[in-house]
Amino acid sequence: MDADQDRPLTGGDAPPIIRIRGVTRRFGGTTALDSVDLDIGRGEFFCLLGASGSGKTTLLRAIAGLETLDSGHILVDGEDMTGWPAYRRPVNMMFQSYALFPHLTVEKNVAFGLQEERRPRDEIRDRVQATLDLLEMGALGGRKPHQLSGGQRQRVALARALVKRPKILLLDEPLAALDKKLRERAQAELVSLRERIGITFVVVTHDQEEAIGMASRIALMRDGKLVQIGEPRDLYDAPCSRYVADFFGAANLFAGTVAGITAGIATVDSGEAGSDLPALCDGQSATGAAVTVMVRPEHIRLSRQRPAQSSALAARVGALAFLGNSYACELTLPTGKIVRVRLSPLEFEAAGRPAQGDEAHLWWEPKVARMLSQ
Amino acid sequence: MTRRALFPLSMLAFGYAFLYLPIAVLMVYSFNDNRLVAVWSGFSTRWYGELFRNAQIGDALWLSLRVAAVSATASVLLGTMAAFAMQRIRRATGRGAFEALAMAPLILPEVLTGLSLLMLFVMLSEAIGWPAGRGATTITLAHITFGTAYAIVVIRARLSQFDPRLAEAAADLGATPWRTFLRVTLPLLAPAMLAAWLLAFTLSLDDVVIASFVTGPGASTLPIVIFSSVRLGVSPQINALATLLVLGVAVLIATAMLMLWRAERRSAP
Repeated sequence: MDADQDRPLTGGDAPPIIRIRGVTRRFGGTTALDSVDLDIGRGEFFCLLGASGSGKTTLLRAIAGLETLDSGHILVDGEDMTGWPAYRRPVNMMFQSYALFPHLTVEKNVAFGLQEERRPRDEIRDRVQATLDLLEMGALGGRKPHQLSGGQRQRVALARALVKRPKILLLDEPLAALDKKLRERAQAELVSLRERIGITFVVVTHDQEEAIGMASRIALMRDGKLVQIGEPRDLYDAPCSRYVADFFGAANLFAGTVAGITAGIATVDSGEAGSDLPALCDGQSATGAAVTVMVRPEHIRLSRQRPAQSSALAARVGALAFLGNSYACELTLPTGKIVRVRLSPLEFEAAGRPAQGDEAHLWWEPKVARMLSQ
Repeated sequence: MTRRALFPLSMLAFGYAFLYLPIAVLMVYSFNDNRLVAVWSGFSTRWYGELFRNAQIGDALWLSLRVAAVSATASVLLGTMAAFAMQRIRRATGRGAFEALAMAPLILPEVLTGLSLLMLFVMLSEAIGWPAGRGATTITLAHITFGTAYAIVVIRARLSQFDPRLAEAAADLGATPWRTFLRVTLPLLAPAMLAAWLLAFTLSLDDVVIASFVTGPGASTLPIVIFSSVRLGVSPQINALATLLVLGVAVLIATAMLMLWRAERRSAP
């Protein structure tokens, strides 16, 4: 399967299915959503990511119509949803707690939404059965929710929302209540499900690995604001701030000032590193600007011999852990700053099998290091 | 059995004997053949037969059942509405005040409740001509006042465990607020409402103090008839009646408890 073709559009030509404009929501003194603007494309698997209290669930609930807005507009498929109650919106939500009706069987839970649409009896029966079959729950239609396992409940919740054929499926932490092993499988299933049925998915999660694994695009939220929107790679490779860099996996951050720029590569004088560091210039910061250099642990090279690179840093090997497919290593710079390095077993051999207490040298290709101005 | 276990067990036996021995004696003597209640002269069911032929007690029982059914139904309706209203009050202080006010009839001495209701009915009938006299209507109204208080307690307890996400899920699936109430809230609340109804019914059937205050000529509920006939000397018929009442009430209460327990278990996560 061609990855580029398969990846849904990320804005541009076609009109977005969700248009969020200046959406603000306050609870007492706290601002849960602070004039949020966001477009989500048709057929996307969009992740709202953030720590708890960042406003991601409030935004999801606002799209569903379960929150009233203090200001701003949400358009679904070109139609302004302002003033539309939840029960009239062409979106459906899967709740974090699943919110299955305890007094109804699986079948009746799934049929609930179609009955409210006053569909003919035959159609309801067929669509319920088809949706349960799609999620491999066809045999359990007669059970009550309390007779199901956690994974089965999650599927019923999904079926109940999907059977309505919404324009958008909203999922609030769909995997949070599952155990780790089940979660990985369910994650892959959600992605393939979206590809088969073609509905736009908007998923809320606090887990960056989950977001990277599922999403076509991610919006990272903090304090009711969108911090950065982009494809998972963008957020990982080119975070726009220290917060984003830190949120997406491990990052080594060195504060400093730009000493000079040559051919798109900046030299940053970092007190924390006690040295000049090379980094890809962000195209905005000029000489003298305060910036942070970010390098991912897997991008750092390590050697016991002094390498040819003039920018190499001397360090002492601290904690070293073998993780099966890689080595995690912590090194201490003369300034006391700790640098985290991730080496493949091959790189570990090439580095001369460094051991705790050894003197070693670190360096990186200038273009893998990013300059963050915030 | 060790000696240590003997003491608590005997205390337990004593406690239950203290609670239930009088009732057991009453039940046993309802099968006494003798006209004198306290003198045992042999087993007989003749008092049950006489009881069923006693028209006065039959009328009183019928009135009591009617009053209990109407007041229990009204109590549950009012109690459900009140419980919902209290659930909606956001501020804890306001809610606390309403709760205390609604539950006051539970702790107010019955004599006070009865007297104040009597005065209210008398003044109302002078001022607006309703209720015209005192009888079944006034007893029913009086029973609704304390029945509602009990209904609120039972229904509130259930409603506070109600997951608001369920109502949101129903709305998300296209159900209007009214449909959500019918299809989700009401079915989940039904066991508590039934339990509240049975409780209010039993309490109404049981009440003698308040009923004697607000009743009028010709409207004697069963407890009033029993109470007044006992004052003239205990007839073994009353023993038979009491035995039937105890059994009936026990079945009702057990049913109510079972309903609540099953509902709790079903909605447990």
